[in-house]
Amino acid sequence: MNAAVLRGAALAGLMVVGAAAAAQTVPEDAVTAFTLPNGMEVVVIEDDRAPVVTHMVWYRAGSADEPRGKSGIAHFLEHLMFKGTDEIPSGQFSERIAAQGGSDNAFTSFDYTGYFQRIAADRLDLVMAMEADRMRDLILSEEDVATERQVILEERSQRVDSDPGSVLQEQARAAQFLNHPYGTPIIGWRHEIEGLTRADALDWYARFYAPNNAILVVAGDVTADAVRRLAEARYGPLAPSAGIGERMRPSEPPQLAERRISMADPRVSEPVLQRSYVVPAREPGDPGPAAAMTYLAELLGGSGTTSALARAMQFGAEPTAVYTSAWYDGVALDYGSFGLAVVPPPGVTLERAEAAMDAAIADFLSKPIDPAAFERVRTQLRAAEIYARDDSDGLARRYGAALASGLSVQDVQAWPEALQAVTPEAVRAAAEALDRRRSVTSWLMPEDEASQ
Amino acid sequence: MIAIRSFLIAALVALPLLAQPLRAQIAAIEEVVSPGGIRAWLVPEPGIPFVALEIRFRGGTSLDAPGRRGAVNLMTGLIEEGAGDLDAQGFAAARDALAAEFRFRATADDVAVSARFLTENRDAAVDLLRAALTGPRFDADAVERVRGQVLAGLRSDARDPRTIAGEVFDRDAFGDHPYGSSGDGTLDSVAALTRDDVLAAWRGALARDRIYVSAVGDITAEALGPMLDRLLGGLPATGAPLPPQAAYGARGGVTVVDFPSPQSVIVFGHEGLPRDDPDFFAAFIANEILGGGRFSARLMTELRERRGLTYGVATYLMPRDRAALMMGSLDTANATVAQAIDLIRAEWARMAAEGVTQAELDAAKTYLTGSYPLRFDSNAAIANILVGMQMEGLPIDYAQTRNARIEAVTLEDLRRVAGSLLRPEDLHFVVVGRPEGVESTN
Repeated sequence: MNAAVLRGAALAGLMVVGAAAAAQTVPEDAVTAFTLPNGMEVVVIEDDRAPVVTHMVWYRAGSADEPRGKSGIAHFLEHLMFKGTDEIPSGQFSERIAAQGGSDNAFTSFDYTGYFQRIAADRLDLVMAMEADRMRDLILSEEDVATERQVILEERSQRVDSDPGSVLQEQARAAQFLNHPYGTPIIGWRHEIEGLTRADALDWYARFYAPNNAILVVAGDVTADAVRRLAEARYGPLAPSAGIGERMRPSEPPQLAERRISMADPRVSEPVLQRSYVVPAREPGDPGPAAAMTYLAELLGGSGTTSALARAMQFGAEPTAVYTSAWYDGVALDYGSFGLAVVPPPGVTLERAEAAMDAAIADFLSKPIDPAAFERVRTQLRAAEIYARDDSDGLARRYGAALASGLSVQDVQAWPEALQAVTPEAVRAAAEALDRRRSVTSWLMPEDEASQ
Repeated sequence: MIAIRSFLIAALVALPLLAQPLRAQIAAIEEVVSPGGIRAWLVPEPGIPFVALEIRFRGGTSLDAPGRRGAVNLMTGLIEEGAGDLDAQGFAAARDALAAEFRFRATADDVAVSARFLTENRDAAVDLLRAALTGPRFDADAVERVRGQVLAGLRSDARDPRTIAGEVFDRDAFGDHPYGSSGDGTLDSVAALTRDDVLAAWRGALARDRIYVSAVGDITAEALGPMLDRLLGGLPATGAPLPPQAAYGARGGVTVVDFPSPQSVIVFGHEGLPRDDPDFFAAFIANEILGGGRFSARLMTELRERRGLTYGVATYLMPRDRAALMMGSLDTANATVAQAIDLIRAEWARMAAEGVTQAELDAAKTYLTGSYPLRFDSNAAIANILVGMQMEGLPIDYAQTRNARIEAVTLEDLRRVAGSLLRPEDLHFVVVGRPEGVESTN
């Protein structure tokens, strides 16, 4: 066990809200949705097992909504939202929450920015009042902006620049999207972060932070009626913005040529092969293709022991991998992504590992899907819904991410059934989306290997 | 991919509680003793049809026999790779068909088993877990496959600045004691492990004389007792002797490890206080004010909020079974390492000399007492807390008394304890990177 503080765990937790998740076994009467007259959407998830509440506000404003040349401004403003308002002195926001025993934080993604507090259920009104306050009355000093810009540059150094795997992933994403802003990193390119100003932050804030661009999710030991009363009192008086329009981003042209990138770095020990494809996202009202894609990822690389890639590459007399995986991320406003990753053992080149991976996928697609394997995935997806009820935080994130990504409460509630309805034929049809022309393959190599 | 404002700091110690609601939760803890004599703490929670089960075996990777570093870790990685008449793929298929989830991991102090299974197939899931715990096959091909994974991890760790910093600190602190090296072993030691070593590690580490169990979820005390006997009764009564206390040997100063990166990773610390020290609560509060999880902690304020030197800095008490540390860490640009170290030393010295203010103490108490019940929010979380309380030797009603212990700490306690706990001259910094103007002092 190492002495160092772990920092990565929080990320993983927040990005899994998607594919394999949904709410079938959450009794639907535990979830209530309504909209305030000023346009703010509200979702309440009742769970009275512990006297705790999670309060989240999601804005339909993510890095993919940024003006060109201002990458990182969504994330920068997220940081600056913890400075002051007309009612809360700079730096006191989190302190006031902590003084009530609560904790708070925030996150930024391509399609949304979210703020959350976790606190004793009887303090809900307090955090709601504070969140409502900073939706409209943020105050930023030049000094706060300058210091916080240094913080996010350090954050970028820590998350990306210090980790060759992250650097390559950032480059791969930029190669993945020819025109859509999903190719720009959430945290921003360093040279553009360095140029972000107080005016940029306030412009962003004025454009997107409004009740008619926000989704409130409250989960825990509350009733829908109580949340409605509190929300009407706290968020209800906020005026909507006139400028909130439909979210239109530049779309991708036909992707006609597969892309391949590689990078060698002295900090890399194990070569890694990754491939990602642009594939359809979960569509409102039409969950079938995304549900099938979820099975495809599970069957190909969901288990390090029984999936098709693991069986073909990690077992036998001459394994071509020590690690394999596949995943599908379908909760997105514009495009989903499907990914594959392989780490070969010593003595197996990335070229050979890639050939073995492609052979394994071709083999999987050329044969009927093993009915027992298919049934196991179905059973696990059903059970995941039962386990998910133990995590009201996770349920809150599930609804928030979906609603901020163009899906509806009904879409979230229909998802588990859609997963149970997937057929092997649908999975094979979904596999058509794995078109190499829409893919980026990246090789991460130790420096010594690259010089050979 | 999501960027987050701050890293979440791992909770290291269980803490106090707030008002009634938690009492309602905690009051429901029952001690169950199985017919065969296995003890467990139980919170029945029939609302969701599954059970979260946590099992800990004290000892962990510190039980590795001389020259067999990494044996317990490799064994832990192999438990699920075939048992009884099932090979690795057969076992995984059986587990997935039941939608049961088993996790096994080894730390320097324990081997931990976390399981979740549905009420509808509880018996079958328990039988499968029993097969893994009491009848693992350790097939030759599985040993080679998992060994390959461990070796790949070790090679990655050797080029990961965070892992390097932690391992160098541990080596400087504990030398040849198992705490002084990675429980994963070394490339050489792991390569040399045999199936017999793995078997010996299994017999030594998974025994009934060192077991702690908690269960939370859809199960009654009447059902849990026999289930424990079926699950764990087949394990040996006794295991390998626990290791001795670890003597702390690091001196104050700086160790620089060259690493090509724009940022340096810094790990720092000195000796701390054991969990059963009467001053532990005062030390815990002192740490909270100095470098705890809140943005208002002194180090966070000085390094991040005022100067933008880092994305995050935190300190924590680490009361392990065989030694106690007070540790901290941060990342900062190579150019600002010297400044960061100076600031940390200065804050250390300031609190050691002056203690804290009444306002800081009050705020820390409110936070610590108020945040405790928020942890008891899921079956899995409660099961984890309960098993941790047992390992620390705390009474079953501990949570009800916890707030009072926090509240009882006075400003004078803080001054006294900060003065002895915080020793800036003893702070040992390990810097992995290319820091400007900072060199090793020893």
